[in-house]
Formats: sequence, structure tokens, C-alpha cells
Amino acid sequence: MPSSTELWIGVLLCAAATYAWRGLGVLLSGRLNPGSALFQWVSCVAYALVAGLIARIIVMPSGLLSQTALADRLLTCVVALLAYRLARRNMFAGLLAGVVFFVGAGALRAQFF
Amino acid sequence: MSPGFRTGAREAFGVPAAVLGAGFIGYGSLAQDAGYSVWLTLTASVAIWALPGQLVLLEMQGSDAALVATLLAVSLSAARFLPMTLTLIPLLRQTHPRPPVLHLLFAAQLISMTTWAVSMRRFNDLDVSQRRSYFMGFSAVCIGVAAVCALVGQLLIGALPPLARYGLALLTPLYFFVTLVGEARDRSAFAALACGAVFALLFQLWMPDWSLLAAGFIGGSIAWWIQRHALKH
Repeated sequence: MPSSTELWIGVLLCAAATYAWRGLGVLLSGRLNPGSALFQWVSCVAYALVAGLIARIIVMPSGLLSQTALADRLLTCVVALLAYRLARRNMFAGLLAGVVFFVGAGALRAQFF
Repeated sequence: MSPGFRTGAREAFGVPAAVLGAGFIGYGSLAQDAGYSVWLTLTASVAIWALPGQLVLLEMQGSDAALVATLLAVSLSAARFLPMTLTLIPLLRQTHPRPPVLHLLFAAQLISMTTWAVSMRRFNDLDVSQRRSYFMGFSAVCIGVAAVCALVGQLLIGALPPLARYGLALLTPLYFFVTLVGEARDRSAFAALACGAVFALLFQLWMPDWSLLAAGFIGGSIAWWIQRHALKH
């Protein structure tokens, strides 16, 4: 695991890297077209990157979640999505159903396997 | 306190702050698991102020990825802030006299997916002179709630029994999963999701430090191509 100093350096550099886009946006506003093909590509790339991140955390997690079962994590995603849709796009219904299912599945596993 | 600030603050309390709060409770618990101190969690939440980037950083620090790869991945996940700022800032600038550029540079730090989406919609029926204070009020509540929730998550995870701890750790990934898959509308979005997921997992086995960047570039480019192709027909 990285040291405390390394963790701090990571956070501060990432804050600077994130701010660079924000600051650039202020300085270039009015001079760049936000609807251009380049920006459409940029948002597609950021979107796919986050999708990759979530897939990675759910399928091959590190840390705490690596002690849980892959089948439980995958089924939890299905349950949360169904609850979200059934409750007419209510995020809380989705999260609640997912977490309750996940903890319940873990408890059953601990009991019977 | 100006009326705009109060309106913004009032509108942030409710669904926007609650959804954001759920994401940040989970983030706090993951930060604790990754060895963050309370101060580092707070600093990351306020200074980066982009939950996807914060999560990319945690995940890559947790797997001991090279700093360059981590920075590139976080930076790429934050690139959407450029077009977002480009569209929001002109709407804050139409006042007379024009606001000093320092104010705008500060406002840019407060932009997040939530504050941007709500402000872009609300600015239509807000007086130009009220926009900046509305944005400030809305953002102040969002950032405050997020910071408190991150702390709660971080302190809570140590106090919970192991099984509940797993539930808390899954909260933020689940939140993003439901948002991404539940809100995907067209073929291009589904292509980005599917390609991003598949390439992240493939590259994870082969060169883990670069898996997220590869997922973004390949998945994003395919989705972009589909989007442009669909537009032509």
C-alpha cells in the first residue's frame, strides 16, 4: 500500500490535473465551440473510462470488496438496476435494494457455505 | 445573503444533495479502506470535486499503479470539465459590470455534474444578476453535504460489522453502475459502456496500470464513431 506522503501527492496532483480543465474552460470560453466533434469524442472517452472503472471494481476489486463473492456483486448490480427501474428511476430504491441484497447474500454465504 | 444564494441553497437540499451524499458516504468508506486519513478524504473531496476522478485515483492507488498512469487516467476522466465550463461560464459573465476573472476561476472549481446540470437548466428562468449567487448557494450546499457524508462514511465503516462494511464499500460503485446503465439512452452510450467494461477487464490482465486509459480511448472512440455514423443517416 502507498505511504501517506504518496497518497497526499496523488490527491494534490490529481486536484491540479482536474482544475487544469476547469481553468482552461474559463480562459477559452467564448473562443471554443463546446459542441464540436472533438468535445463529443472527449466526453465519449471519459464516459467509457468510468464504465471501465466500474467494471473493474465490480469484477476484479482490490481491498475490502475482494473478500466478497463475484456472483454476489454481479447479482447485486442486476437487483439494484431492476429496483431503480421499477421505482421509476428512483436512485434510493435502487441503492437500498442492492445493498440489502448484497449484505443478505453475504450473510447466507457465511451461514451455509 | 442574497436571494439568489438562498434559492440555490434551498434547491440543493433535497434530491441533488441526497443522491450526492449517498455517493460520498461510499467514497469515504473506500478512502478509509485505502489508508486515507480524514483530512486527506476531505481535501480530495473539496479539491478534486469530481467523484469519478476521486474513485479512479483511489482504485489506482489501491493497486499501486504508476503515478503517471494514474494522473493520465484521472485527467482524462476530468476532461469533460472543459466543455462543461465552456458552456456554463458565459452564462455567469453576462452581468454589467462583467465579473472579475478570479470570480469565474473560483466558480469553475465548484462545477460538478450535478451543479452544472441543474444550473444550466435553471439559468434559463433566472435573472442574469441572480445567476452567480444561485450557483454559489447551490454549490456550497452540495460541497458541504458531500464533505460531511464522506466523513460519515469514513468513520462509519470502522464501526460496522464486516458484512455491513462490504455493503458500504459497494455503495459508490453501485451508484455509478445504476447511473451509467440506467440512464444510457442510445446505441452510442451502450457501446461506450460495453466496450469500456470489456477493454478495462482485458487490459487489467495484461497491463493493469493502463487498463482504464485503454478502456477510455478504445471504448470512447468506438462510441464516438457510432454517434457520428448515426447522425449522418
